[in-house]
Amino acid sequence: MADTALREPGAAVRFRGGGFLPGTSRLAAVAAFVGLILVWQAAISFGLVSPVFLPSPVEIASALRDLTMSGELWRHLSISLVRIGSGWALGTAAGLCVGTAMALFSLARSVGLPMVSALYPIPKIALLPLLILWLGIGEVSKTATIALGVFFPTVIAVYSGIDNVPRNLIRMAQSFDVPFRDIVWKIALPGALPSIMSGFRISVSTALLLVVAAEMIGAESGIGAFVLQAGNLMQTDQLMAGVTVLSILGLIVGAALSWAERALLAWR
Amino acid sequence: MRLHVDIRRHAYDDLAVLDGVAFTVEPGEILCLIGPSGCGKSTLLGIVGGLVRPTDGRVSTEGALPEGSLNPFTFVFQDFALLPWRSVAQNVAFPLEHHRLTASERDALVAEALRRTGLSDFAAALPKQLSGGMRQRVGIARALVVRPALLLLDEPLSALDAQTRELLTEDFLDLWLRERTTAIYVTHNLDEALRLADRVVVLSRRPGRIKEIVTVGVPQRARRGPEAATTLAALRERLWSLIRDEAAIADREMVHG
Repeated sequence: MADTALREPGAAVRFRGGGFLPGTSRLAAVAAFVGLILVWQAAISFGLVSPVFLPSPVEIASALRDLTMSGELWRHLSISLVRIGSGWALGTAAGLCVGTAMALFSLARSVGLPMVSALYPIPKIALLPLLILWLGIGEVSKTATIALGVFFPTVIAVYSGIDNVPRNLIRMAQSFDVPFRDIVWKIALPGALPSIMSGFRISVSTALLLVVAAEMIGAESGIGAFVLQAGNLMQTDQLMAGVTVLSILGLIVGAALSWAERALLAWR
Repeated sequence: MRLHVDIRRHAYDDLAVLDGVAFTVEPGEILCLIGPSGCGKSTLLGIVGGLVRPTDGRVSTEGALPEGSLNPFTFVFQDFALLPWRSVAQNVAFPLEHHRLTASERDALVAEALRRTGLSDFAAALPKQLSGGMRQRVGIARALVVRPALLLLDEPLSALDAQTRELLTEDFLDLWLRERTTAIYVTHNLDEALRLADRVVVLSRRPGRIKEIVTVGVPQRARRGPEAATTLAALRERLWSLIRDEAAIADREMVHG
């Protein structure tokens, strides 16, 4: 509808450019988090929710403290971290190589694209029984599951990242007779870094998810096994303590990646 | 070094882009290429610089390279083509990195190129911190650092605003008058061509053919003076008459094609 005020002589132009510029407030985030914990604690303290089904934040903190003091938390956590670290490193290294090859060479692209499209959607945890058959119940099958889960998002991130490096940069380098290897190292990979870092975010989350799932299926130690065992014994405070540790782990990894992005991608 | 261009035909699949384009670039001259959009100017520059393989034809050189030349033909790109993660000095150093030079030799060449283009105070800046004009100076410094025999400039000022274009044209001319590096300069801008060129090659619409090669005949230093104004105005009219109808038809082809 037309603004009638504009038709009147001397009327001020109405501001119409507001909105669509959402920002973030750290204070609001912290307040929401604290508010949630307070409501949660109050719901249990006033008997609205049974602590058997949902332990209070105070009980979870107490369980966390006990697990830390006894060293049990670190024992499980360290095992999970080694599995995540080795699986992620393997999957990332393979993904970087294959993704780069697919971005640079016609044959690798022709073979790799349909393969990745066909295999990426398979939930990798569904392959764990097969991997246990092939590799045994030990560490290798769990590491392989994580590596497989990490491999595909890394391939896609690297491939699409290099593919989206502006062609004019490649042509510029070619115009100076820069060797192929230098173009890859000095232009293609640095240019793909934003996409690769985004891929790392996905792959680290995937690794975290898969380590818990793999430990729940075939392990006696690790955070996933610990959470499952606590659930079976109805030790919900310990179960939630394990879940809290996973959440904190996710936050730490996310913060580390944000820091790395700021350091490596300051040029953006 | 003299350059002979003889492109009998160039096509992308069935689409003919260039047809019978032949000319010679004399040592130390600026040759401007003008023509309607899509007439193959940038393709021709790519062929000259070895980035595009011609369907039928060849580009050859005659005479020796300048002393110390590390790269005979270098480009200055319309969109600057700077590596955004590298500083100005690192961008300028980029074409030197695969040559057998010591660090001090490389640093000296970079410092010299930065000095010649007025960038010495910006050596540590990232491209995102620079204006468009300054970015293109980096592009020019990078092209000059290898001491080329031939500069290939692909609409180097078209991404810049009018004032920056004026300033950079002046600076480029000063630089060229000092060094007399042979250059092929692609532009849409007739005034830019008449400020810089010794000769202007006018191309027809696609497939690009040479309609005429116009010699400007007024020394670059004298072109700002009032004595040259009438001659340059007549030349501008001549160039515009050569491309006006071609540009109008090409524009309709681009829209409906």
